[in-house]
Amino acid sequence: MANLKTTEKKTKAQSMGMHTEVLTGKTQQKFFNPDEGENFFYWGTHDVDFNKRTELDVKDLDCKEANKKIDMLMSEGFGTIVIKNPQGKHSLGVGILNKLNLIFEGSLGYFGVGSIDGPIVRVNGRVGWSCAENMMAGKVVIEKNAGSCFGAAIRGGDLICKGSVGARTGIDQKGGSIIVGGDAGAFTGFMMQRGRIVILGDVGINLGDSMYDGTIYVGGKIGSFGSDAVESPMTKNDIDWLKRKLKVAEIGENFDVSKMTKIVAGKKLWNYDALEPTEKKGAI
Amino acid sequence: MCGIAGLIHRGKSSNVGEELQSMLQALKHRGPDSTGYALYANNDGQNFIMRFKVGENVGEGSTSVNEDVSVYNERKKLVDKNLSELGATIVKEEQLTPYSYRYEIKYDKDLMDFSKKIESVEMVEILSIGKSLELIKDLGDAKTVSDRYSLDKVQGTHGIGHARMATESGVDIKSAHPFWGYPFADVSVVHNGQLTNYWNNRRALENKGMRFMSECDSELIAVFLAEKMRNGATLEEGMKESLTGLDGVFTYFVATKDSLGMAKDTMAAKPLVLYESDDLVAMGSEEIAIRSILPQEITTYDPFDGEVKVWQI
Repeated sequence: MANLKTTEKKTKAQSMGMHTEVLTGKTQQKFFNPDEGENFFYWGTHDVDFNKRTELDVKDLDCKEANKKIDMLMSEGFGTIVIKNPQGKHSLGVGILNKLNLIFEGSLGYFGVGSIDGPIVRVNGRVGWSCAENMMAGKVVIEKNAGSCFGAAIRGGDLICKGSVGARTGIDQKGGSIIVGGDAGAFTGFMMQRGRIVILGDVGINLGDSMYDGTIYVGGKIGSFGSDAVESPMTKNDIDWLKRKLKVAEIGENFDVSKMTKIVAGKKLWNYDALEPTEKKGAI
Repeated sequence: MCGIAGLIHRGKSSNVGEELQSMLQALKHRGPDSTGYALYANNDGQNFIMRFKVGENVGEGSTSVNEDVSVYNERKKLVDKNLSELGATIVKEEQLTPYSYRYEIKYDKDLMDFSKKIESVEMVEILSIGKSLELIKDLGDAKTVSDRYSLDKVQGTHGIGHARMATESGVDIKSAHPFWGYPFADVSVVHNGQLTNYWNNRRALENKGMRFMSECDSELIAVFLAEKMRNGATLEEGMKESLTGLDGVFTYFVATKDSLGMAKDTMAAKPLVLYESDDLVAMGSEEIAIRSILPQEITTYDPFDGEVKVWQI
């Protein structure tokens, strides 16, 4: 059975309206013996050395070639890879399932760093639609703006954009945290199921539309609430968590988080099983 | 899917033909069927430039019916006859392909009457009329079309373009973008998306005397804006009205003699990336379009839902 968190932490999560969100770290650990979690590797991943650094210029490579090169460098043990001239190419840095420092010197196109589980990524530019889609774990920091569907369906990790993001940020989010320093577009948190979204600026219309669960914090103005999204009082736990997260995210250090608006699911449309398969087994 | 791109140089001219070709070629994967350009060139502004077609391109995967080239010549003669009857003078004429022409004409009366008369000839369609607008569209990718019409030499201030993936209408020139904002000189539109109240709007606009040449939903945007402007609205006011008047998902660009605008629907369902500086605005469905002309590090962003912006040259 999965190693669920302690009762004390459950209570904390419950007080924040996130009683179903008890998974941390690599989600896959829940499907294996948790004692082996630290030693667990996906097939085909690499044991890399963060102190071994290299650069890769992808100017004349297509995304497949560039991703193969990144994989090859990881297989050689490079743990810090700097990508030069990404120039808005799509699908760069996808499917990386091991620890890695990945730095993009420029902007990414669509589906950048999608389906990753573990790497720490920094993009010194902008990202297009669906950045970090299906991310499982790790940390992604975007220095400029991001397109729509930022962090679609992520299950874990921290996804940070220091600029503004487009529409449908965190659509279908299932865990992890999305933190935005600027504004966000319409339908932020659309159908989100778990996790947290933090927007320091304004958000567009239909915030949290049809959300099942999870929490959204907004620092600025809200265009309108979506169906079944409701305001909830901020607690001390919320404030503590936000302060800690913003510090980790390197943004909004002096932001007064106590004045943020907290949005949760009204649960009038609620008709889904919020448990992970392993949790369900445990409950049975 | 379709890809759109646009750029405007503020305070100077540039090789907009070549720049737009690079941007649209970078978006080829979004629309391989046809490509169109609306370039605002450094013409002398004395005469109208009329681009028109007398038939369709029947090669390259076209869905059009094959016709004998001899009928093209007959239609061209009828166009010339109608021009003469309208009192227009042909200053210069160029045959660009077997089915398309570029005329430089002197004419100073109503453009709607003019267009109706010219288009009364079977299969003849005016692609554009304007003093700076050069609207070119044909089957093939951006480079193919640019090479066919020698667009890489066009100098101008701004332009919009479209790489089309045919969905709800045929692979032919009449359904390709950009669309001319009939009957206004120098107005053109490109669109990425789907409009769901096309027929309701079309019927209403046709009852008001507006003309549709295709069954492509995107044409509605050009006609919708033209009708608003005909009734005194500014371009920006017309575009703002389109956010509620048009139903569906869309991002579109509209260009006039001295301006370029963009509008995004209230769902923000169609992509757009925008770069804006003091002397250049460049935008496209994907960042790679902008990167094709600005490889250096720049800051770009996605406009929000319901956003309308207009820039002047």
